[in-house]
Amino acid sequence: MLIGHYNYWVVVALMMLGFYIIIAHGNLIKKMVGLTIFQTSVFIFYISVAKVDGGSAPILAEGISQYSNPLPHVLILTAIVVGIATTALGLAIIVRINEAYDSIEEEFIQQQDNLS
Amino acid sequence: MVGVVVAIIWMKDLIAVVMLLGIYGLLTASFFMAMDAVDVAFTEASVGAGISTLLLLVAIAKTKRKEHPSRHKPLLALLVVLVTGGLLIYGTYDMPIFGMADAPAHTHVAQRYIEDSYDEIGIPNIVTSVLSSYRGFDTFGEVVVIFTAGLGILGLLSTVNGTGTRKKLPTINDSIENQHIVLRIVGKILIPFILLFALYVQFHGEYGPGGGFQAGVIFGAGIILYAMLFGMDIARRVISQSLIQLIAAFGVLLYGAVGVVSFLNGGTFLDYNVLLENPVAGQHLGILLIELGVGMTVASVIIIIFFNFAGRKGPQQISDDLGA
Amino acid sequence: MAHLPILQVILPLLAAPLCLFLKRPKLVWLFACVVTALTFTISVLLVQQVTSTGAISYELGGWAPPWGIEYRIDALNAFVIMVVSGLSAVVLLAARTSLENELSSNRQTYFYALYLLSLTGMLGILATGDAFNVFVFLEISSLSAYALIAMGKDRRALWASYQYLIMGTIGATFILIGIGLMYQMTGTLNMQDLAERLPEVAQTRTVFVSFAFVVVGVCLKLALFPLHLWLPNAYAYAPSIVTAMLAATSTKVAIYLLIRFTFTVFGLSFSFTTLPLNILFLVLGLLGIFVASISAIYQQNVKHIFAYSSIAQVGYMIVGISAGTAAGLSASLMHIFNHALMKGALFLALAGVMYRLGNVQLKSFQGLGRQMPLTMAAIVVGGLSLIGVPLTVGFISKWYLVVAMIENGWWPVAILILFGSLLAIIYLWRVVEVAYFRAPNKDNESVKEAPLGILIPTWILVLANVYFGVDTRINVQIAQLAAENLFGIVP
Repeated sequence: MLIGHYNYWVVVALMMLGFYIIIAHGNLIKKMVGLTIFQTSVFIFYISVAKVDGGSAPILAEGISQYSNPLPHVLILTAIVVGIATTALGLAIIVRINEAYDSIEEEFIQQQDNLS
Repeated sequence: MVGVVVAIIWMKDLIAVVMLLGIYGLLTASFFMAMDAVDVAFTEASVGAGISTLLLLVAIAKTKRKEHPSRHKPLLALLVVLVTGGLLIYGTYDMPIFGMADAPAHTHVAQRYIEDSYDEIGIPNIVTSVLSSYRGFDTFGEVVVIFTAGLGILGLLSTVNGTGTRKKLPTINDSIENQHIVLRIVGKILIPFILLFALYVQFHGEYGPGGGFQAGVIFGAGIILYAMLFGMDIARRVISQSLIQLIAAFGVLLYGAVGVVSFLNGGTFLDYNVLLENPVAGQHLGILLIELGVGMTVASVIIIIFFNFAGRKGPQQISDDLGA
Repeated sequence: MAHLPILQVILPLLAAPLCLFLKRPKLVWLFACVVTALTFTISVLLVQQVTSTGAISYELGGWAPPWGIEYRIDALNAFVIMVVSGLSAVVLLAARTSLENELSSNRQTYFYALYLLSLTGMLGILATGDAFNVFVFLEISSLSAYALIAMGKDRRALWASYQYLIMGTIGATFILIGIGLMYQMTGTLNMQDLAERLPEVAQTRTVFVSFAFVVVGVCLKLALFPLHLWLPNAYAYAPSIVTAMLAATSTKVAIYLLIRFTFTVFGLSFSFTTLPLNILFLVLGLLGIFVASISAIYQQNVKHIFAYSSIAQVGYMIVGISAGTAAGLSASLMHIFNHALMKGALFLALAGVMYRLGNVQLKSFQGLGRQMPLTMAAIVVGGLSLIGVPLTVGFISKWYLVVAMIENGWWPVAILILFGSLLAIIYLWRVVEVAYFRAPNKDNESVKEAPLGILIPTWILVLANVYFGVDTRINVQIAQLAAENLFGIVP
């Protein structure tokens, strides 16, 4: 039972590391990196669910009878695209923030806001 | 992989962080290959390791390179993370064993896709069947997501198009550019192949890994490579900004049009069976068209994103924005 | 027409890229107004269809669920769809004028396209019967919202948008985790199918964790205390039209999602017995009401006052759900309708103030009662509705909520709700007092009434506030029908 779930525990560890980066770090770009890691680990989770022992890639071919589950693959393809869209938009906002505040550190931005 | 992430946490130089993230992306893609998820691996490699890295680097170029060694709030963050992580691990206890063939995930909906997709749709790549046909509406939503991001970036970063006098095109052999002459020549040779490969991936997606997204990303990357080697000014002249936006819009509209024609022909939205006399041929046509729409929008949005990021001049931009 | 469900979403969706083909912003605005008006018309037709013939199911791609994606319209989502599309249409009418002073003209086309996409995303979440499809359209509505907020004039809009992006994406990823866990245990993504299969595996820890993640993710989006931190700044610094639209619609969609997952997918018995959800919601809802209302009293920026007020109103809706009865649920649904009207009217009125004054600081409101009489009157009526004065729409939902609490035997809660209204009187009085009982500022002497472009949509919503407070057929009956349906379906 332990070995069967070991895979998932590693995923959880990655997820939590990503999550930690988002909350704990003040640099805006680092936060986006943390977000990416967090999301990617969720993808790894879904793909792990899809794997079937002894299966092969879900492309129909002669002589193969056991396939891995294609449905999570489809979902994750979509999720990857959503992730990059979010990242791109987030970075655009960061670039604008940098122009407006001349900083990309959370505490400096909040300092400037508190002064105004 | 855990090691890479820990390194990311420690590093203060953002460019190093981005490089590590690129490595993380490639490791993830390899993992996906090992898990038989070839389409996903392809996409993760191009998007996660490729475009993502590129965008982050451009963003860093426009902002700051080093992270400020500030006080973090590690205690609260650690607490939240431990609670969430603990909850997730608690949840894993009742999960089906990794890889079991008779897990509910594999025996219900997915069965039909594997067994019947060849008869109903007629293409070998089951992922493409599910992505473009069975769950085609999700993919439509996905195209709209990327289009939305493109619009958002246009709304935030687009600069007023100067209608100034045409400058003389700087010739390729200017003295400063001589250093990069090797890159330019190699680039000129490679870029057509890159674009060709993108087209191959676009149309071969039914038989092997590939499809609209991956193709769009590769195509976009090829154009970005061109822009990086030859300079933004020339790239802007070759690829007109307003045309690219219209192409992005057109991709979405093409996808939607296929759906509308479907229901005008008596089926429901995105039902390809009614597009042609033979339902399976109709499926092929439908998938071909929508993948094309996807590829167009993805490629153009990636180009739009890059051009708008690269075109930002920095703090002086604010006065331009306020003046408009 | 059989294709109404999909047209509801496709219309604004396809209109958005078409915006890029029209060059002049004024033309784009006109086009967008026509599209939103049509979208609203479709929603009314859908409500009529659902109330007479029952739930509608539409198979996308021609594939039967659960292999294909299904759109499923019942009384609950038809009701919310009508609210969302109606409010979006009216608010958009004021956009042309309001944006003159808030956004540079070369960006306006993108604004309207993003506005339409935001509407699309919300309608997509409401109409679908597939869990993963929810995630996709959630991201469409979220991304467009982040972009729209960031287009505000004040640089704090950028920071507010970034924070919302981070918190919102964490929430969406939590929902994704929850969906993944659900799939792992049942093998399906279709909501009706999940409802059938989840009871078999309901006792597993995995399903419990899945539920927890979905609920937390959705609560981030609906700004339930203490996950509400992104809302005040996002509402305060976004362009005024964006605030009006988001305040009237986005949290409602999140509440719909909560109701849908709790009642339809996981089922009433699971949701309220496994996690002590009714107690949790009751406590957090009440905390939200009080903390937010008290915060509102101390704000200097009028948009902040009403933003905190929105958080409080979400608290009321959650308290209604926590009752676990059809009466409580229908009160919450009524409040969705009513709050949309109230806040839509209030924030549009503020858009008018913003247009003339360039800011919405409380101290700038001095004497505004005389200088902008119609706008201030709109704020007063909207405020009365917030408090719950009879003859306004706010009274209806407060009344039904209190009755539902009493039916449950929760007398202390009923009293607390009335006390919450008292707090609303206080923060409203702050605005009224400054506007009517003080002399105007020296620099603001030349301020005139808001332009008709903003005034007319504002008053459409204000009059709707009063009309539906008197003729309560639509909001009360449909809400009750929807609530009863949900309780009937659940075993």
